[in-house]
Amino acid sequence: MDNELIVIDNAVVSYREDIALRGVSLKVARGEFIGIIGPNGAGKTTLLTVVNGMGKLLDGKVRVLGHYLTPGNGHSLRKKVGYVPQVQNIDPRMPICVREVVMIGRYGILGLFRRPGKSDYEIVDEALELVGMSELAQRPIGHLSGGELQRVAIARALAQQPELLLLDEPTASLDWKAQSDILELVKMIHNTRFLTTLFVTHDLSCLPVACDRVVLMKKGTIWGEGSPDELLTDINLSRLYDMPVSVVEKRREKALPVN
Amino acid sequence: MDFSIFGYQFMQNAILSAFLGGIACATIGVFVVLMHMPFIGVCMAHAAFAGALLGLWLGFNPLVGAFGVSLLSAAIIGPLADRGELSPETSIGVIFSLMLGLAFLFMGLMPGTKSGALELLWGSILTNTRSDIILLGIVAVVVVSLVFLFFKEIQATIFNRDTALAVGIPAALFLYGILFLTGATITASLRSIGGLLIFSLILNPAAAAYQLTYNMKKMFLLSAAFGVLSGWVGLLFSYFFNLPSGATIVVTSSVIFLIAVVFSPKRKVKGWQSKPLQEEQP
Ligand SMILES: Nc1ncnc2c1ncn2[C@@H]1O[C@H](COP(=O)(O)OP(=O)(O)OP(=O)(O)O)[C@@H](O)[C@H]1O
Ligand SMILES: [Mg+2]
Repeated sequence: MDNELIVIDNAVVSYREDIALRGVSLKVARGEFIGIIGPNGAGKTTLLTVVNGMGKLLDGKVRVLGHYLTPGNGHSLRKKVGYVPQVQNIDPRMPICVREVVMIGRYGILGLFRRPGKSDYEIVDEALELVGMSELAQRPIGHLSGGELQRVAIARALAQQPELLLLDEPTASLDWKAQSDILELVKMIHNTRFLTTLFVTHDLSCLPVACDRVVLMKKGTIWGEGSPDELLTDINLSRLYDMPVSVVEKRREKALPVN
Repeated sequence: MDFSIFGYQFMQNAILSAFLGGIACATIGVFVVLMHMPFIGVCMAHAAFAGALLGLWLGFNPLVGAFGVSLLSAAIIGPLADRGELSPETSIGVIFSLMLGLAFLFMGLMPGTKSGALELLWGSILTNTRSDIILLGIVAVVVVSLVFLFFKEIQATIFNRDTALAVGIPAALFLYGILFLTGATITASLRSIGGLLIFSLILNPAAAAYQLTYNMKKMFLLSAAFGVLSGWVGLLFSYFFNLPSGATIVVTSSVIFLIAVVFSPKRKVKGWQSKPLQEEQP
């Protein structure tokens, strides 16, 4: 069986005025857990949209889960890819409850004309349980806090039973405990289901614990790639974020007090 | 009150029209309200009106013209709204003004009396013929069965187009479908309710239902019920007090909306009085 789940070859993506990805190439093997970091505007979100077929490729070839991506053909691929977006513009007045929102994750796989059955509800309830949202399952979606919405989005992606999980800063709006909970959760899912995961984050301290491989992005290119311990040196970070080494050292010391 | 009127053919036609039109318009209304494009109703109504006038002017069936032009505007609004460069309301506004301009243009070009045109503007449910009912029936059945068949895709698309897309639903297709259905429904209701007033029969029942539930299925059902109720009650007032039917139907739907606002559970804070406020402080 083909072991390379994602093959991106020289992908170029542009939004109107500026180029967001300038010839990015990346290979991801089945079962890898990859962290993606980089400054704001580096192209991390754009890279994820290329992987799930929502990005508009100007050039380059992308093959994900055996699908060659061309504009407009991504629907069957996306059924197998769980995507937790960075921002979700959810209308707080939408008449829909948490459980139904998570059920939307099943809708693509179910396909046209089929209604969710007992097994779908079981999968949804299990996903809600995993993210700790069972108690709020019947709440209208508009009555949740930002962090709770984030958990629901993760549950929805899990309900897809995806072969590939894309997480775009999933812990950004979570409380201190929830951040580590979600990280543990994502790792646990990765470990038990051998689920290939791409994880965009700004939380450097969590990367060594979680990731097999780290991808550093800057200005639309992949700037570095390797194991977290090798790559996340103060010197690399100082160049990635354009700041002096001494400052990086100081800030990282502060960020990692105990351990 | 004399209820022998229900024996008349024209009254039976009107009751049936109100039922079918109420269901179709109110169902479309749920899309319109939840997708935040209330003015799609006005825009499509004017597109249909302009198309009908084109038909009257050039001498072909006005309903064909209405249908064609409203679908054409759906085909323009869809991609504009989908690409997200303009807000849907802005693109709808641009098309709306164009349609209004075209309607006036065709009206000016039309020779002879404009009574046919004015009828389409006001509508008259009491003069509905068998073919009007058949058209309304077709549209109502199509709208309801599509919502029934594609409920989960529609629910996902209404909830959030990006989310729907991300789980593998062709969200753009459903968006266009919703716009086309809106055009078709408005065209079919033009003669009964009239181009000026149809907007309220789309918006009011759905807005009323929106006040009363947090569940999308229930919102569809309530909205349809309110739509039919508006039609029937409006019809009675129209007949007994000899008022224009489109107007009485619309006023009834507004009254239903106001009642729903008053009784809306969404405006109440649940049970805060029953709990003492200073609990659980360390
Ligand atoms: N919808 C858009 N329209 C125009 N330009 C965009 C759009 N989305 C992103 N860009 C541009 O593309 C570049 C890459 O954006 P992207 O969202 O991929 O960055 P990112 O690495 O995810 O940043 P962040 O850490 O802030 O999330 C940026 O320069 C941004 O300005
Ligand atoms: Mg981003």
